[in-house]
Amino acid sequence: MSEQQVDNGKRRFLIAATTAVGGVAGVAVLAPFVMSMMPSQRAKAAGAPVEVDISKIEPGMLLAVAWQGKPVWVVNRTKAMLASLPGNDSRLVDPKSLEDQQPLYAKNETRSVKPEYLVVVGICTHLGCSPTYRPELAPADLGPKWDGGWFCPCHGSKYDLSARVYKDVPAPLNMVIPPHHYMSDTRILVGEGPKGA
Amino acid sequence: MSTMQKLVGWIDDRFPLTSNWKTHLSEYYAPKNFNFWYFFGSLALLVLVLQIVTGIFLTMNYKPDATLAFLSVEYIMRDVEWGWLIRYMHSTGASMFFVVVYLHMFRGLMYGSYRKPRELIWIFGMFLYLALMAEAFMGYLLPWGQMSYWGAQVIISLFGAIPVVGDALSTWIRGDYVVSDATLNRFFAFHVIALPLVLVGLVAAHIIALHEVGSNNPDGIEIKKHKDPVTHIPLDGIPFHPYYTVKDIMGVIVFLMVFTAILFFAPELGGWFLEPDNFIPANGLKTPEHIVPLWYFTPFYAILRAVPDKFLGVVAMGAAVVIMFFLPWLDRSKVKSIRYRGNLYKTILAMFVISFIGLGYLGTQAPTAVTTNIARVLSIIYFAFFLLMPWYTKMDKTKPEPERVTG
Repeated sequence: MSEQQVDNGKRRFLIAATTAVGGVAGVAVLAPFVMSMMPSQRAKAAGAPVEVDISKIEPGMLLAVAWQGKPVWVVNRTKAMLASLPGNDSRLVDPKSLEDQQPLYAKNETRSVKPEYLVVVGICTHLGCSPTYRPELAPADLGPKWDGGWFCPCHGSKYDLSARVYKDVPAPLNMVIPPHHYMSDTRILVGEGPKGA
Repeated sequence: MSTMQKLVGWIDDRFPLTSNWKTHLSEYYAPKNFNFWYFFGSLALLVLVLQIVTGIFLTMNYKPDATLAFLSVEYIMRDVEWGWLIRYMHSTGASMFFVVVYLHMFRGLMYGSYRKPRELIWIFGMFLYLALMAEAFMGYLLPWGQMSYWGAQVIISLFGAIPVVGDALSTWIRGDYVVSDATLNRFFAFHVIALPLVLVGLVAAHIIALHEVGSNNPDGIEIKKHKDPVTHIPLDGIPFHPYYTVKDIMGVIVFLMVFTAILFFAPELGGWFLEPDNFIPANGLKTPEHIVPLWYFTPFYAILRAVPDKFLGVVAMGAAVVIMFFLPWLDRSKVKSIRYRGNLYKTILAMFVISFIGLGYLGTQAPTAVTTNIARVLSIIYFAFFLLMPWYTKMDKTKPEPERVTG
């Protein structure tokens, strides 16, 4: 044994091969731990559609319901509110709703199926706070040009009454319109679009 | 030989007890001119121990479950014998940890303690600071109040600003599509075991690196340059034990006077240490009217808000922390300590302190157009302090360093 020459090339090869195989195994063992932190099957299954009765919402009022753990607002907009919407266009980031933040059937002037009822996921597109509903006209803290809408208390983002984001605020996008459809004149199903849509 | 000496001898044959005692305490020679600013390292260690001990006892009664968490904290406060004391020690300790750490970091900044050969001490320290921020953030979710919930929602959404993988990454961190029970449960795991292990490991690395190169001092000069020719002990060095252990005990006494005054008379410190909204259970449908992180995060939060673009805001906020890692290589001054620097550096350091405190204050206030503009100016000063450092530290008129420490 002692007279045998040490084959350094073979040693290096064996060390490299062992390290590589061991490294692959190490990474493979990591995978289940990383994946265990993804949403569980139960969390994925929890997103069932929610039925909302809209008959009790007075004009100008907002109703908040929970869908997939998120706040969804249904707002009954008055004629005056709807009339004020086009006047905001020049101050908005995306007045025509070109960004994919709503289903096709809500991609219109009012971002809704029926003009008066806005259905929107009440989460600011900046960092996920839920903005405050401020329907009043020109309050002291929001300035004379305020036509009603939402103000995010976290970082000051502003949205109009179609949940379209104003320019020069941190939020980049309009708030999301969830898939929804009318089951009857007074009932909406949030979480599921109309058949064929 | 006494029995005690025999026992120590028996251990020393099997474990380096006496040699470690000497290396790190009785024969670790620290500069003799340490001042007030040198209390905060040992105080940080004290608070770490306090947080670990109180944390262990809180874990005995806390329930990491979205339906039980809030009530279990109230149970600790009302029904557990002395539970209120342990809980307030932990919540006060969290804020005091940052007080001590910020003062400790500022000491390093003033006396150039991050300069060669102490770059790694600074880097381990910065990792400690990062781990401490993660630890504090995750701990703040556990009481499951309104601020816990929405604070976590905002911070986790920061990762969503990363292009392409952002949304998947923030979902992965939450373990759900919104902050939920899954998030609470995993934050509990990170807060009580994963991050404390990291913190303790980093503290060990921080101290080992320090004791390898030796401590800096208010004069910013190396005491190892002048050693006794016979004993090889630095002429300006004194053994850490007993000299600095005794000095630090004095610091501990004063610190505990402040700590217990807050603990017993104002544990919420008017909303600065525990926010009023966090005494309302978490509600995923309603964001509090005015949401702010705790004071130790507000300088970075103000920078985030100052940038009118989601992705760039997150980048600026991250950069504000990351840039501190590079301090050892940004500073090109001939001298380390502020005592021998010129007026240019002193002025810019003062502006940096004002911008950091100013941003911290603005971060606690509701955003308005005026304050946002002030925050923008202060953010620029904050970054200019680091980015222009290679130039102004070279231009600065320094005074000659002394050969020996000046007391």
